[in-house]
Amino acid sequence: MKLPVPAQFAIMGLLLVLVGIFQSWSVALAILNLCLISSVMALGVNIQWGYAGLFNVGIMGFAALGGVGAMLVSVPPVREAWAAGGLQVIGSGLLVLAVIAAVVFARRTLEGRTRSLATVALVAGGYFLVRAVFDPAVDAIEAVDPAKSGFLGGLGLPIIFSWGIGGVFAAGAAWVVGKIALGLRSDYLAIATLGISEIIIAILKNEDWLTRGVKNVSGLPRPVPLEINLIQSPWFTDLSARIGADPVAFAGIFVKLCYAALFTIVLLAILWLSQRALHSPWGRMMRAIRDNRDAAEAMGKDVTKRHLQTFVLGSAVVGIAGAMLVTIDGQFTPGTYNPLRYTFLIWVMVIVGGSGNNYGSVLGGFLIWFLWIQAEPAGLWLMNVLTMPLAEGSALKAHLLQAAPHLRLFLMGLILLLVLRFSPRGLIPEETGRKAA
Amino acid sequence: MEDILNAIVLLSNFVIVPGLAYGAQLALGALGVTLIYAVLRFSNFAHGDLMAFGTMAVILVTWTFQSVGISAGPVPTALLALPFGILAAIGISLLFDRSVYKFYRTKKSPPVVFVIASVGVMFMLNGIVRFIIGPGDQNFSDGGRFLIKAREFKEMTGLNEGLAIKTSQGITIIVAFLVMIALFWFLQKSRTGKAMRAYSDNEDLALLSGINPDRVVLYTWIIAAALATIAGTLYGLDKSFKPFTYFQLLLPIFAAAIVGGIGNPLGAIAGGFVIAFSEVTVTYAYKKFLIYLGPEGWAPDGLVQLLSTDYKFAVSFVILVLVLLIRPTGIFKGKVI
Amino acid sequence: MKYLTAENMTGGYGGADILHSCTITVEEGEIAVIVGPNGAGKSTAMKAVFGMLPLREGRVTLGGEDITHLTPQDRVRAGMGFVPQTNNVFASMTVQENLEMGAYIREDDFADTMAQVFDLFPILKEKRNQPAGELSGGQRQQVAVGRALMTRPKLLMLDEPTAGVSPIVMDELFDRILEVAATGIAILMVEQNARQALNIADHGFVLVQGQNRFTDTGAALMADPDVRKSFLGG
Ligand SMILES: Nc1ncnc2c1ncn2[C@@H]1O[C@H](COP(=O)(O)OP(=O)(O)OP(=O)(O)O)[C@@H](O)[C@H]1O
Ligand SMILES: [Mg+2]
Repeated sequence: MKLPVPAQFAIMGLLLVLVGIFQSWSVALAILNLCLISSVMALGVNIQWGYAGLFNVGIMGFAALGGVGAMLVSVPPVREAWAAGGLQVIGSGLLVLAVIAAVVFARRTLEGRTRSLATVALVAGGYFLVRAVFDPAVDAIEAVDPAKSGFLGGLGLPIIFSWGIGGVFAAGAAWVVGKIALGLRSDYLAIATLGISEIIIAILKNEDWLTRGVKNVSGLPRPVPLEINLIQSPWFTDLSARIGADPVAFAGIFVKLCYAALFTIVLLAILWLSQRALHSPWGRMMRAIRDNRDAAEAMGKDVTKRHLQTFVLGSAVVGIAGAMLVTIDGQFTPGTYNPLRYTFLIWVMVIVGGSGNNYGSVLGGFLIWFLWIQAEPAGLWLMNVLTMPLAEGSALKAHLLQAAPHLRLFLMGLILLLVLRFSPRGLIPEETGRKAA
Repeated sequence: MEDILNAIVLLSNFVIVPGLAYGAQLALGALGVTLIYAVLRFSNFAHGDLMAFGTMAVILVTWTFQSVGISAGPVPTALLALPFGILAAIGISLLFDRSVYKFYRTKKSPPVVFVIASVGVMFMLNGIVRFIIGPGDQNFSDGGRFLIKAREFKEMTGLNEGLAIKTSQGITIIVAFLVMIALFWFLQKSRTGKAMRAYSDNEDLALLSGINPDRVVLYTWIIAAALATIAGTLYGLDKSFKPFTYFQLLLPIFAAAIVGGIGNPLGAIAGGFVIAFSEVTVTYAYKKFLIYLGPEGWAPDGLVQLLSTDYKFAVSFVILVLVLLIRPTGIFKGKVI
Repeated sequence: MKYLTAENMTGGYGGADILHSCTITVEEGEIAVIVGPNGAGKSTAMKAVFGMLPLREGRVTLGGEDITHLTPQDRVRAGMGFVPQTNNVFASMTVQENLEMGAYIREDDFADTMAQVFDLFPILKEKRNQPAGELSGGQRQQVAVGRALMTRPKLLMLDEPTAGVSPIVMDELFDRILEVAATGIAILMVEQNARQALNIADHGFVLVQGQNRFTDTGAALMADPDVRKSFLGG
């Protein structure tokens, strides 16, 4: 016996309200905002997995690309760095393109041994040539005020534009990955995407001239007002007075509400588009391919091309979510990307919510993020209860209390396994049958 | 002449010996992955965390031994603790098999369901390991640090360059060699090993021949868990133990298994060494090496390092992709997934 | 009652029934052949006899004992050997290992059984250390039959043992099968080459759409004009 969908969402809402009442509204809204972003990410994965059956375990990489998009769009350019090595970096980029073009040309025109030899020679020669231009430029850029910048900076545009750009970044990478890996069977795709996401993170962590690497880029501009400005504006103090709230506390909540509004708009837009796509002839075809690839192929469908489309679209959605995540954090921190949190947790959301159902992904995004956050205090509370009998100050007790937060990983695995076993179609199963609401 | 010898010693010290040790560690991990793939027919995403779990058990027992004063003299105490770690890893593997995978096996679920289930297991193992031993670095190596010290080697040979071989490296290579021999003997000669191969080759026919699938699965988990613990312990002795690092080893291990030909044990070993040596050679800085070989007084500018060590994942990945594109069955013919 | 009696077998693969009250019997030392058009349910009938298909109705007895509810593995122990139509060898394992796997359930020494198999199929002895996947189609069928003989079955079931082999090799295989039958083993086989098969058969079952159409001795079926017209090409 399953609850109707609206009731499930209502319970989810109620959980957040309870957090608002018993913990604080600020905490509840912080969770809500991340729930919204998680839902968008889960929607992206659902497009790939639920519609097309593509097993992508490189979600983290696409989210990080969205994040770097947000950073590059919003931070102001660093003029000294550009003067120090900007042209050379662009030049080496062009060189890379030239080398690729030369290799492609050589492979088209030459034959046999000479072809292989020319390829190797061009790649090796090109590599050293590019390094010769690129390395000094990087050193020069990274030498510019390393404590504060040491990178090229970005475009200095409003960060809200970056959400689209982040999506484009992720889509571009997905296109390349898809071209390479999508012809392969599911396990290979999984491992290839796992690899590419690690590489993306490695690049973001180490190419300081572009991202400042592990030194992070903080203080990104915000799409919503700063609390401090709010408190100083008369209209805001008036508003606080009218609803009888403390302006300082209310400013924090107000800002979070602004974020929530923006994220909700994005979520609803993507949800609407996803639903449209799912029920379009395209969506039906995708599911037909997923359920019987051979039959679809026999009917003349270009399966690989369709897969590439879904892969790129889904990754773009993940990229948008990644950009939103960096936006709300206000900083880009390549060192914090961790596949458990950014890839596998999203998978738990999609499976628990219900693969193939967009509402399921949204609910899964909300529920799993909520549990992910609340499992920490809950684990601590549980440990406190369990360790009651232990003597105060015993080493075991201290260890158990301090390690309690790690239990949430265990909990996520348990939830995934329980759902997979006892309710494999998830909380909101995929709609089957011809007419779906 | 002496320059050439120096160059060779230098390369041995920084590329060949570490590459051999790392390759052996990867090969042991990849053997486990490949066996599970061959018999249970899915890519086990929890393998890295199984390695971490087994190694954690080894570390805890090692600490206990150390605290009561048991030691193995020149070799690390961890080797004495290894059997206990293997038992723990086998125990938890069988527990997860009974409670998770068995259900899908009876239902004949598609492989991707197993993979998703293994992600669940991965989370749980990861949580357990971090809960028990914490997310930080643990160093549990003791005994003699070196088999050959660089200084001794220099004095012995009169060369400029020293060759240091860490105890952990020597042990890795020896243990890995013995384990591989034992495994191949088991698979090729023993009745159960042959039954495993038969089951992997043709499940239906194996059933018709009266081979008990539960027994085959049981042995597969026992072997995979043992291999994972040994690989993890050797890696931990050689470098250090950190749960997250072990999780990340999943990528080179998968790469090794696939490059060698997934489902093929010989391939897993070859793949392990291919991946390890590619990583080490591509990320080594050849400056000093070239100075020895180049003309007198000449030195290359820069480190002559093809890729910074931070990109070692890229190496596994690129090789993986190349193999998938050029020869999808891997070096040795594996199953095509 | 014959040594193997499978009566009124009705059942299918979960969907509609494939077999409709189908009956197959064979006596020790005799050869029974099932013939019929493609898709008639011949392989399905074999699987049903071997316990690989859940039966809705009917029962199977072997040597007077009811084995209807035994698993295939237990039927092997009860004395049945089965060579499936496809994938009937362990392709990556050597010929000798294939035979060893055939004898997997045997606890005693099976060296003499293997020697007998090698006597029956001398080519296998020659190729004993070669992977079965590298053998020719006819040799592979010999491996498959040899594997099934390793348990010393009292009933050997062969699903199209001559599929894809040349006429000469086919005659050879039939000779071998006759030899095996002469040792007192009951043989039940499905054959596409109905003419040759009925020639050596003691009994024939003509199956059409999961039902027994004709049942008689091999010679009688060969002589029946109806059977000749519809199933033996005139
Ligand atoms: N595993 C299966 N699942 C579902 N249906 C099956 C299966 N195997 C066979 N069938 C169906 O059962 C029917 C009989 O098939 P069967 O293989 O028994 O025919 P056959 O007489 O052996 O044919 P052939 O001479 O081609 O081997 C066919 O309609 C086939 O589609
Ligand atoms: Mg058939």
